[in-house]
Amino acid sequence: MDNSLLTRIWIFYRDGFREMTLGRTLWAIILIKLFIMFFILKLFFFPSFLSGKNTEEKQQYVGEELIERANP
Amino acid sequence: MIESIDTSLIDWSRAQFALTAMYHWLFVPLTLGLAVIMGLMETLYVKTGKEHWKHTAKFWMKLFGINFAVGVATGLILEFEFGTNWSNYSWFVGDIFGAPLAIEGILAFFMEATFIAVMFFGWNKVSKGFHLSSTWLTGLGATISAWWILVANSWMQYPVGMAFNPETVRNEMVDFLAVAFSPVAVAKFFHTVLSAWIVGAVFVVGVSCWYLLRNRQREFALRSIRVAAVVGLVASLITAWTGDISGVQIAKVQPMKLAAAEGLQDGGNGVSFTIIGDLKIPKMLSILATHDIDGYVPGINNLLEGGYTMPDGSTALSAQEKIERGQKAIAALDAFRKAQKAGDKEGAAVARRTLDEHVKYFGYGYIKDPAHLVPNVGLTFWAFRIMVGLGGYFILFFIIVLTITYKKKLSNMKWIQLVALWTIPLAYIAGQAGWVVAEVGRQPWAIQDMLPVSAAISKLEAGSVQLTFFIFLVLFTILLIAEVGIMLKAIQKGPEEEKVA
Repeated sequence: MDNSLLTRIWIFYRDGFREMTLGRTLWAIILIKLFIMFFILKLFFFPSFLSGKNTEEKQQYVGEELIERANP
Repeated sequence: MIESIDTSLIDWSRAQFALTAMYHWLFVPLTLGLAVIMGLMETLYVKTGKEHWKHTAKFWMKLFGINFAVGVATGLILEFEFGTNWSNYSWFVGDIFGAPLAIEGILAFFMEATFIAVMFFGWNKVSKGFHLSSTWLTGLGATISAWWILVANSWMQYPVGMAFNPETVRNEMVDFLAVAFSPVAVAKFFHTVLSAWIVGAVFVVGVSCWYLLRNRQREFALRSIRVAAVVGLVASLITAWTGDISGVQIAKVQPMKLAAAEGLQDGGNGVSFTIIGDLKIPKMLSILATHDIDGYVPGINNLLEGGYTMPDGSTALSAQEKIERGQKAIAALDAFRKAQKAGDKEGAAVARRTLDEHVKYFGYGYIKDPAHLVPNVGLTFWAFRIMVGLGGYFILFFIIVLTITYKKKLSNMKWIQLVALWTIPLAYIAGQAGWVVAEVGRQPWAIQDMLPVSAAISKLEAGSVQLTFFIFLVLFTILLIAEVGIMLKAIQKGPEEEKVA
């Protein structure tokens, strides 16, 4: 990809973002939402339950869980 | 809803997932539906060269942009929940669930992100043809995205193309095409996406009628209605047809869901379809479920007791027999793992054979009481009637709107304008009811016959799930208020064209 094409793409996006009106509010909503999702919810409320275990430990854990839960 | 559900871990986790999915589904259908309508409007602009089509397309694009921005990424929360609340499930499904979601994330998301920028920033900067292509590709990206999500969901309803590996305790994909193009996935895709087009069409007709009621932007409104009503009618008819296909499939692969949706305790041949109460259409359920006027449809009791002849000629097992086979499968998994640990190859091979023989019933091994195999009949029954009833209403609605519009009387008929405005929430209710039928009707299964929700769930404190339930409730409600507020402001402002005029 030559430089002039990259420059044109850059200018296209730059001007597009600069000329936004309602788009600014919408981008603000998107960014706030993504921040809440990834930096608050994911970090503090939704850690992966099996994180911290390697593959073999996960197999072992889920295998035991699936067998134990079938027992009356 | 909260008062009537058990506050156990399973129920709260299900409620949380349902809440997230239902809120997510408030945003998705409008994205899919508006994409088609604005694509058609821009196509008319490019074909005819008439500027008013450009202004019309641009206005609906603005509303599309608002809905897209507020709704984008809300589905990712469902993936968070899989990892946290449904960890056994997430491990058990292995790459089968992961592959479609990864394809969805990479291909469709980047496709949407690229072309949506050209669509919004590219007016007067790129050629008409390139801009039009970008508009359609934005919609196509969203639709491909829906395809992969629905493939993943369909696999949970009808698990195919995989083999269970007892060493890894995971299902492994052995036939990608069987997963991606299973008949359930194909029917679900068309039924769901076409129903989303109905939402888009109802929205455009409803908002346009609001302008007519206010005596504003009359030409713009009538132009929009002409396009949207055609899309709506075509989508309504195809949705009804794909619904019929889905009905036959459900009768084959999830007969308990069908029995619950019909509230059918005892089945038989030539079964009637209940409209409401004692109002029935003779033989209709048999026709819908089997396409045979005297076809056999099992009821809830038949499914629990077994003994009837299935379409393939075999005799149906009772729930108790399935439970026993499931217990054998799980015991064989236990024996296999113990034999492997002890280095007993022969014992492992014997256990593996037993497991393979009964793995089809694996999930039944967790069912303590056959009654637990029956989903919530009342909720499924009424959700089904709401979905089908509104589906029929939309066909009628679009026929009337089109007829009146082409007779050029719509702008003077206030009653139909009011009806159109109040049809907007009905389109959303129909979509939500459809998902209630699909998801409540398949309980207790996370994966049909393979894994019930009781085995799929992580060992968490119910309190922590309750907390995140309410966090989501607040977050999504704020997003919804933001969407409705910004949308109403944009609608109030109206399209640019009329301002100039």
